[in-house]
Amino acid sequence: MTPRAEPVPDLSPLARERLAYRRSRARRSTLVALVSTVVFAAVVAVCVTSTPGWPRVRATFLDPAIAWSSLPSILDGLWLNIRVLVVTEIGVLALGLLIAVLRTLRGPVFFPLRALATGYVDLFRGVPLLIALYLIGFGVPALRLQGVPTSAAVLGTITLVLVYSAYLAEVFRAGIESIHPSQRAAARSLGLTHRQSMRLVILPQAVRRVLPPLLNDFVALQKDVGLISVLGAVDAIRAAQIASARTFNFTPYVVAAVLFILLAVPTGRIADTMATRTAQRQGLS
Amino acid sequence: MNTPVLQVRGLVKNYGPTPVLRGVDLTVEEHRVVTLIGSSGSGKSTLLRCVDLLEEIDDGQVLLDGVDVSDPRADVAAAQRRMGIVFQAFNLFPHMTVLQNVTLAPRVVHGVGTEEAEERARELLGRVGLEAFAGAHPDRLSGGQQQRVAIARALAVRPRLLLLDEITSALDPELVGEVLAIVRELAASGMTILMATHEMGFAKQVADTVCFLDDGRVLESGPPAQVLGDPLHERTRRFLTHVVEAGRLT
Repeated sequence: MTPRAEPVPDLSPLARERLAYRRSRARRSTLVALVSTVVFAAVVAVCVTSTPGWPRVRATFLDPAIAWSSLPSILDGLWLNIRVLVVTEIGVLALGLLIAVLRTLRGPVFFPLRALATGYVDLFRGVPLLIALYLIGFGVPALRLQGVPTSAAVLGTITLVLVYSAYLAEVFRAGIESIHPSQRAAARSLGLTHRQSMRLVILPQAVRRVLPPLLNDFVALQKDVGLISVLGAVDAIRAAQIASARTFNFTPYVVAAVLFILLAVPTGRIADTMATRTAQRQGLS
Repeated sequence: MNTPVLQVRGLVKNYGPTPVLRGVDLTVEEHRVVTLIGSSGSGKSTLLRCVDLLEEIDDGQVLLDGVDVSDPRADVAAAQRRMGIVFQAFNLFPHMTVLQNVTLAPRVVHGVGTEEAEERARELLGRVGLEAFAGAHPDRLSGGQQQRVAIARALAVRPRLLLLDEITSALDPELVGEVLAIVRELAASGMTILMATHEMGFAKQVADTVCFLDDGRVLESGPPAQVLGDPLHERTRRFLTHVVEAGRLT
């Protein structure tokens, strides 16, 4: 429903009474939601804190002093995560879109390209990210080639781009194929070439349609960026690990987890907002 | 005199700041056919959607059998169960067969047994001449056939009031006849119908009352011969002239 305008003075008494009734219902709903949330939170808190091991858990996982002292190094690590994330996201968008477009090419001439793209998706969607990181992160430097990067962060970024492009390519392809064939027919009938109709008609609609699942994959990517720590890059997770080993306490991991959650929340909200805006534009809400 | 099946009193509906209906009064007596005519954007579809409680109204009342169903305390679902609506774009469920489309509401909403619901559905499909397509999916059917299924689906719940929203506007001209023939038969069998239409010839023959909607108000209403033949208002006359020019009034 669209937000209700302020009551215009010429409303009938009947409509005014209904408006008042609807408002009182809305107030009641808000109140009920508030009460049930508080009760739920209280029940969870009581259940957790009354467990026999709670004092021990609190000391090991939730030590404020350790949290505070480990925060700077974890934040430093997180800054690496964010840089890797931004570069990976850009690389993934470009490579994913390219592969998706290759997979939708028609005609026998393009068979090798199509097969290559399909094989790429099968390979990198199937291989576990951790194994891909090991193979590329340790295998490529072992070749001792001139000019090949050996930095853990760079190799980790390349691996993430390769793996995540395979996922995003499938999301893009689903979007491209969800655009009704009549749109392509309309574009071709105006004399646009395949490339022009793709670029100007199909892709703008397809990308808009797949934005929510796309952002969902970005949230998954934000967390998986932390896996580059297995290559030795000091990101937020590795920094937490180091701090944890120094203090014999798990609190730094909790700090890192909270930071990752804070990082993911805006992306989730952006996804929601985008979905609402699309729905509004199409007149669905 | 009996209570009318439908009474609309002072209905106001705004979309945001845009007023669509500015106080509509309308009565549909039992076994009567009332048609709504008017140009695009005059509020015909909105009026039907408000009557079917698909839209929340801003002022006024909708009374079904004398009971105010537009009251926020009224049971919307119960009121909707007593009305059937057929949309311009059919809105059949593409993942169900024709038979499943027709039996869905009787089975799920009205608790009719599968066997009984299917028997009734086949009878209705026979009535609209589509018995042979019971097992087909809607996308295998022509527009006219789909619209006939949509009518059968609306009738399956034995509605007290049938709402038809420009049901022939999305059809090829040669398919319009088959759909209107069914409506004509329904009217003859005593169904109470409120329909928005651009088919003036049909309105002339079948309707008991024609309402001309203009700019969110009922500008004039009366027997078809009077409203379509000798309208009181200049605005109505102009609208009908345009319709005649388009070749729709036969």
